[in-house]
Amino acid sequence: MEMITPAGQLFQYFITGITVGSIYAMVAVGFNIIYNVTEIINFAQGEFVMLGGLTMISFHVGLGLPLIAAFPATIIIVTLVGMLLDRMAISPIRQPTVLSLIIATIAASILLKGTAMFIWGKDPYDLPAFSGRNPINFFGAVIQPQYFWVIGFLIITVIVLTLFFEKTILGKAMSACADNPDAASLVGINVKQMILLSFALSAAIGAVAGIVVTPISLMEYDRGAMLAVKGFGAAVLGGLGSFPGAVIGGLILGAIESLGAGLISSGYKDAFALIVLMFVLFYKPSGIFGDIEVSRIKRF
Amino acid sequence: MLKIGKLPIFTFAFLIVIFPWVASQISGIEHYTDIMIFAGIYSLITIGLSLLMGYAGQISVGHAAFYGIGAYVSGILTARYGLNPWICMLAGVSVTGAVALIVGAPCLKLKGHYLAMATLAFGIIIFIIFNEETAWTGGPDGMSGIPGLSIFGFEFDSVEKYFYLVWGFVFAAFIFSVNIIQSGAGRALRAIHSSETAANAMGVNVSGYKILVFVYSAVLASLAGSLYAHYLNFINPATFDLFFSIKLLIMIALGGMHSLWGAVIGAGIITFLNYEWLHYFEEFEVIVYGAILLVVVIFLPDGLAGIPDMLKKRFGKH
Amino acid sequence: MNDISNENILEVDKVVKAFGGLMALFKPDFSVKKGIIKAIIGPNGAGKTTLFNVITGFYAPTAGTVRFKGQPISSLKTHEIADRGISRTFQTIELFGNMSVLENVMLGCHTRVRASFMAAGFCLPGARRKEKEIQERAMKILRFIGLADKCNDPAGSLPLGEQKILEIGRALASEPELVCLDEPAAGLNETETHVASSLIKAINAKGVTVLLVEHDMKVVMNVSDEIVVLNYGQKIAEGAPQEIRNNPKVIEAYLGGGT
Repeated sequence: MEMITPAGQLFQYFITGITVGSIYAMVAVGFNIIYNVTEIINFAQGEFVMLGGLTMISFHVGLGLPLIAAFPATIIIVTLVGMLLDRMAISPIRQPTVLSLIIATIAASILLKGTAMFIWGKDPYDLPAFSGRNPINFFGAVIQPQYFWVIGFLIITVIVLTLFFEKTILGKAMSACADNPDAASLVGINVKQMILLSFALSAAIGAVAGIVVTPISLMEYDRGAMLAVKGFGAAVLGGLGSFPGAVIGGLILGAIESLGAGLISSGYKDAFALIVLMFVLFYKPSGIFGDIEVSRIKRF
Repeated sequence: MLKIGKLPIFTFAFLIVIFPWVASQISGIEHYTDIMIFAGIYSLITIGLSLLMGYAGQISVGHAAFYGIGAYVSGILTARYGLNPWICMLAGVSVTGAVALIVGAPCLKLKGHYLAMATLAFGIIIFIIFNEETAWTGGPDGMSGIPGLSIFGFEFDSVEKYFYLVWGFVFAAFIFSVNIIQSGAGRALRAIHSSETAANAMGVNVSGYKILVFVYSAVLASLAGSLYAHYLNFINPATFDLFFSIKLLIMIALGGMHSLWGAVIGAGIITFLNYEWLHYFEEFEVIVYGAILLVVVIFLPDGLAGIPDMLKKRFGKH
Repeated sequence: MNDISNENILEVDKVVKAFGGLMALFKPDFSVKKGIIKAIIGPNGAGKTTLFNVITGFYAPTAGTVRFKGQPISSLKTHEIADRGISRTFQTIELFGNMSVLENVMLGCHTRVRASFMAAGFCLPGARRKEKEIQERAMKILRFIGLADKCNDPAGSLPLGEQKILEIGRALASEPELVCLDEPAAGLNETETHVASSLIKAINAKGVTVLLVEHDMKVVMNVSDEIVVLNYGQKIAEGAPQEIRNNPKVIEAYLGGGT
């Protein structure tokens, strides 16, 4: 029976931290995509993660679809939900004010949560791990293989998104929208479509996060809110609107939470990320990579 | 909804006075008095929130925290230490006010989404504390043995008596808030909502007023929490969760943010939804709340109280 | 009664204001004598509104100070400066659109008369008395500026010219000793400009020192006792209107290639 050394224990917390941090990073990336194009903070971002997990369970465990089929099917469903959110909750608002948009996305998040509760009930569900549950010994820490899937998918997401925004026409159009929606529409970019696309992309990323994390921490109908707040914390920590910021912010936030829970108090686990969020908002709202003047100029 | 005349106020008072009797006369709705106690408790909170959000233009997605702090301070001091409940209520108000001051000062420098998220995070942190500090609060299982309220020997030990107590508080808070709105302070709040730049330039201490109205709304929530604790004689953290903060938002949005009447009406409707109409349809509860909020924000941005003005605009021009 | 008639009510002492790498103000240095009307002019981008914002406490200067009645005010917050007796209007109108004409001016009285939160909430007699007083003061100002008959109209419903007048009226409600008008004639037609100019002179006649930023040269020449010229954040000339009119540096600044 191997004893875990204190250093190993610390490393263990750290690995757990960047795993859960990868999820926060993906939620943060989702926030940024919508925020960059619309300047809206989508309070329902966490619900995409929740829906990704639960829908995957229904396809894979409920219907017996193999992973290869259930994965894309889930992404498609949640993406459609994201697009529905834009069409039903955001675009219909005639005179968008900051307050009404906040309330609209909160309303959407409750609706999604309520629907999930209606469909799946209140119990948590499990998803089989992608490559089994035999723990791997990694430099003194004992790691579930699923952890590597999570971190791996974060890396894949970052690469895919970077290629999308820099190499494809659609991605460049979205970036243009983010920079200057008026100029973008002048050169023929359909801003409304770009907004829809941003919601679709964010939902898809959220779904991926939900699918890969469920084998580790199960999934239930009301997980969305906490994920949204912590994901927002990651986004703000890294600098709202910045992709490298979202990733770094997520990983740091996850590490802080994991170390805090392990070393200080496990009961207060959730509070650590929230305290970091409040501190960042109070003292450095532009975050690590954000630009203060930019964050002042932004409409909201 | 600025000029609040004497007639609506007297009607309000009259309705409060006769309600328990009316409810007791009609079969099937005797228990409405009990439900209305909760409507009153929630109204106390929404009146304060209305001033904060509708008049001063700020937002809080964490007000359940102040509701809970009032409840727990009252609960702990009366159940554990046997102190006079009214003194404890004052203690609750003081603690809540202090917390609101400490948290509000940095929070209210933020705007829009940042302010919403900061208050949301704060609300959850307090909720976690309620759950974790079991030695003080009894943890997730809650704490019981909270005594009822009495004054000079007169005990509020029946539903009717507690109804009048709660709605007495609501009425007083309502009048106080109307006075504020119609005064220079109310003007200052509305100026802040309209243009912080100009308000500052005219000598209004904008951050001071924001904190002041935030503390005021927290104090009302604290009183509501204490009244709640002494009514049920039992409290647990689940009552003071994020979803309750969101329910408060729904009450305000439904009733109408810019109207104190809206605050009371919104609280009333959601309370009846909660305890009466959706009682047997629990699976739909969350969906209904979400749907109401969405419909209101898209089609009724000024809530139910804004309907008269909406109609005037549509049909007024001939 | 006292011999402060020649004293400087405002001193701008080598104020520097930098935004990152951009130097908006570089050591303009001038005073405003009590009781006069002084205009700040200069091409677009010269730093005039930035200077106003420094004086009224919206920006803290990077270096240098501003003194009001001999006391440094650069470290004070905007509302504290308003309390001291400096009032202002804005280039783009910042009226309170959600309030009536009367309520806008009543808000202007905030620094002079106000009831405390508690007194207002309990509707104490003192609070009620103060509210009446505020209303009377505001109506007096509305009569002075000629908008008394529109006192209950929503502020946003007024035509532009009257909105600018209303903003000046609101600035007067705090009984300032110095009022800073940011482009009071901008966007006004000839009649409205005439009304604005008359109002400025009438205000000054009541003993209020006026500092204004203005592009309309007719207005500037008409009302000003002294003029300060800024270009690229620096003072390039100062003096009586006639001197400025013939100053070659000023002419060159306006004609010699835009900003």
